[in-house]
Amino acid sequence: MIALLKRDLTLAVRAGGGFGLGLAFFLIVIVLVPFGVGPEAEVLARIAPGMLWVAALLAALLSLDRIFALDFEDGSLPLLATSPLPLEGVALMKGVAHWVTTGLPLTIAAPLLGFLLNLSPSAYLWLLGSLALGTPALSMIGTFGAAVTVGLKRGGLLMSLLVLPLYVPTLIFGSEAVRRGAGGFDATIPMLMVAGITLGCFALLPFAAAAALRVNLR
Amino acid sequence: MALKVDDLTVARGGVPVLAGISFEVADGAALVLRGPNGIGKTTLLRTLAGLQPAITGHIDFPEDTGAYASHADGIKAQLTVTENLGFWGDVHGADVPDTVFEAFDLTDLRDRVAGTLSAGQKRRLGLARLGVIGRKVLFLDEPTVSLDGFSVKMFATWLRESHLAKGGIAVIATHIDLGLDAPELELSPYKATADTAGGSDEAFL
Repeated sequence: MIALLKRDLTLAVRAGGGFGLGLAFFLIVIVLVPFGVGPEAEVLARIAPGMLWVAALLAALLSLDRIFALDFEDGSLPLLATSPLPLEGVALMKGVAHWVTTGLPLTIAAPLLGFLLNLSPSAYLWLLGSLALGTPALSMIGTFGAAVTVGLKRGGLLMSLLVLPLYVPTLIFGSEAVRRGAGGFDATIPMLMVAGITLGCFALLPFAAAAALRVNLR
Repeated sequence: MALKVDDLTVARGGVPVLAGISFEVADGAALVLRGPNGIGKTTLLRTLAGLQPAITGHIDFPEDTGAYASHADGIKAQLTVTENLGFWGDVHGADVPDTVFEAFDLTDLRDRVAGTLSAGQKRRLGLARLGVIGRKVLFLDEPTVSLDGFSVKMFATWLRESHLAKGGIAVIATHIDLGLDAPELELSPYKATADTAGGSDEAFL
């Protein structure tokens, strides 16, 4: 399974791998926000937690359809399915690889971009923490969505429609943690909820994704 | 343990295509599947490899010893030849022996990025995967597509001397003569009729 993770990470950083695409998208969206809503510092500070989370979520969505589509097109997926790796393990590693190439850079870049939106200083730690805990869930839910739609023409669009509603709980609790942090309140409870969602996703969704892959490989 | 298939019915898209197939392949032997386009050679091989369920019948060979190879090679264009083979070796817990590069004439291409290979060279790389993973029962779907005559002979030699001679089994769908001393199974008589049991599972899709 480590071999698969290693290969996916190598592919991501090689030419055309798409590493940094999500990050660049995140950066541009956050830079665009002040142009759209105007430069008032108070307004920006108030919407910053939500904007940062929504932008991170859309950036994570951007590269989801590549998770299985490329392996499906070049025939790697049936070969992996007949290999000693369980498909559940394949799905898990795909989710982890997606997080390392998308969620992790987003988490690290978010505090810098929070500065652009005049995010309250007390919220930085919560922003970092909630994204670090929440983005793995985004990757794993996305992996499940990608598994369901693999092999479909224009499956990426359908996948977005499937996946975005499933992102709602993570978004609610993630941005709530940052909002409470910005207001100077204790944000332990939403953080625990985000952690719970992530752990639940990693416990259950590899199995769901593997089942979907088996059906789609028929 | 040999490969044993008993009264197998296979379906494509919920429609039965082949019915009542039974055969047995002993250790060290190969079986060549023949039949016109669309008869269901690929479907049969995918079912044997476990990629799709059979409608009826039994397929019997030791678990986790089968490998499937089709025209889609699973080659990553951004990785080098060695990296591509190394990945499949790692997945199967095997090393990449130097003999594989020689057997498939890839020695000079080792450090080339797979995306720059010709179609025939890619095919050789895809087939070389079979030499790396060390699986005993091979299900090969048109393994010689886009290979030149010399490469076809090379592949047949590898199959005979490095796979079958060591007790391996191969079921091969092909339209050309590989020069293997193997029995052939003509699939036309097994074509499923409209009243074949099994029917459609469309309602559940």
